[in-house]
Amino acid sequence: MEPDYAVQAEGLVKRFGSTTALAGVDLAVRPGTVLGLLGPNGAGKTTAVRVLATLLRPDGGHARVGGYDVLRQADRVRALVGLTGQYAAVDEDLTGFENLLLIARLLEIPRRDAKRRATELLEQFGLADAGKRSVKTYSGGMRRRLDLAASLVSRPAIMFLDEPTTGLDPRSRGDVWTMVRKLVADGTTVLLTTQYLDEADRLASEIAVIDHGRVIASGTAAELKAKVGGQTLDVRPTLPEDMAKVTAIVAAAVGSEPSPHVDDPGLLSVPVENSKVLPEVVRALQEWQIPVTELALRLASLDEVFLALTGHGAEEVHV
Amino acid sequence: MATITLPAPVRPRRIGPLRMVRHGFTLGWRAILKIWHNPEQLLDVTLQPIIFVTMFVFLFGGAISGGDRHAYLQFVLPGIAVQTIVFASAGTGTNLSTDITKGIFDRFRSLPIARSSPLTGLILGDLVRYAVSVGVATLYGVILGFRFHGNPLAVLGAYGLIALFALAFCWVWVLLALLVKNTQTQQGLGFVVMFPLTFGSNAFAATSTLPGWLQAWVKVNPVTALTDAARGLMLGSGPVATPVWHSLAWTAAILVVFAPLAVIRYRRMA
Repeated sequence: MEPDYAVQAEGLVKRFGSTTALAGVDLAVRPGTVLGLLGPNGAGKTTAVRVLATLLRPDGGHARVGGYDVLRQADRVRALVGLTGQYAAVDEDLTGFENLLLIARLLEIPRRDAKRRATELLEQFGLADAGKRSVKTYSGGMRRRLDLAASLVSRPAIMFLDEPTTGLDPRSRGDVWTMVRKLVADGTTVLLTTQYLDEADRLASEIAVIDHGRVIASGTAAELKAKVGGQTLDVRPTLPEDMAKVTAIVAAAVGSEPSPHVDDPGLLSVPVENSKVLPEVVRALQEWQIPVTELALRLASLDEVFLALTGHGAEEVHV
Repeated sequence: MATITLPAPVRPRRIGPLRMVRHGFTLGWRAILKIWHNPEQLLDVTLQPIIFVTMFVFLFGGAISGGDRHAYLQFVLPGIAVQTIVFASAGTGTNLSTDITKGIFDRFRSLPIARSSPLTGLILGDLVRYAVSVGVATLYGVILGFRFHGNPLAVLGAYGLIALFALAFCWVWVLLALLVKNTQTQQGLGFVVMFPLTFGSNAFAATSTLPGWLQAWVKVNPVTALTDAARGLMLGSGPVATPVWHSLAWTAAILVVFAPLAVIRYRRMA
């Protein structure tokens, strides 16, 4: 029987000594979709993924992955999932090709097929030329790509991506995003953790916001954005004396008055629901011939999301 | 109802002993491949026996044996072979610790393979290091004038005993690496274990020359039993049966205590 959910967790609890990393986490990922688990460092994202990937035993609650219980049917779960952690878990002393071959051989893929699979994955991840080189010589982005490739050797039906783009340059981030989209197009279910709302917004069909080991909000990206005010308009007048005029123009277009940033008083910000206000503001500024050095519509930052949801910023908790 | 597409080509099957061995060997192959790419990884196990043989024979040997370095070489070489294997087996802990901190250990644990294979593979691969370290110690000793006087089978038996001891003793290091996450702390603790065991034995000086309290420790030290056995078998002199029996008993005891402890600790990680 096919399960309703590819990943389903109920009331997951995990403690490390006196620290509670998970305080009752509920998650559900429908097959073939991407769930973005959004939260700051120490919120419990990695712990949740490690429990679901059978690397950690929960102290409470239960979870099923692909319909199998992560505790009682761990072997079955392991045969179904791929895991890519925050740090590239590849062997630096081996070549890229050998890393993939090792995984394939561990999965008992016959030698010839294993070699073919390794070659194919290296090509797919733009590492064909680097395949014969020691991983020691790889850049951070290349390592991450190899790590992703390693978790795909088994063609997992369910992928756990734990902050796959943290610490990557923008180009490498884009590469990872493309790869995730390809995975989803092929029918893979993805659970992705991230600290970036824009990443969750771009990739995930549903987002769960996690804080202090608890899911504090969940829904589609649109639902979440509606809750937190969606996007933010930033305007920075070139001349300080234009502040009042700009405030009036933006207020007229958006419907609510922008406020200067606490730690950057030259920058005016206002949450906006509709991106159509941007051209209006541009037109008005042109009409009045007011020069601005910055004018941007951006998604709320993680900090703003948290402020809206919890009343406190996205503070880092050190576990 | 939506379906999960792409069934994994790897069917979850029961992981029997045969597959366990296969996974262990695949990971052992990885360890050998690492050495193949970075032969400098063998530098410690190559240089360390040379340094010890040189140091003890030429620096202390004359004083210990009253000027007869050649005789001391015959005495000390079996001891250094044993000491070397204890040092080399500590590398197994360091390697495991590195795998854990780099996250590659988690990668293995997330695969549908035998739970024990990341540990057994590590130890299998380290057999190469053990063989190199004892091989270098022996070869260098022979170059300096060490001679076997035991019959070939006895000599082989001596190396067999040392190998068995290494396979048991490395579980101590595996347990330590699993308990102490920090590689540096683990190495520091390693010395606390290694020094009393190797130097507080009869490997370098005859037990009868030591003060009484030290003799008490030396006599119960498993390294002493193993050194006695190796010495007797290699030199073809002295009593052999009792030390061989003792070192086999010690080997079994260490294995029976530390391997399950390490495996339990390892399973607790989950």
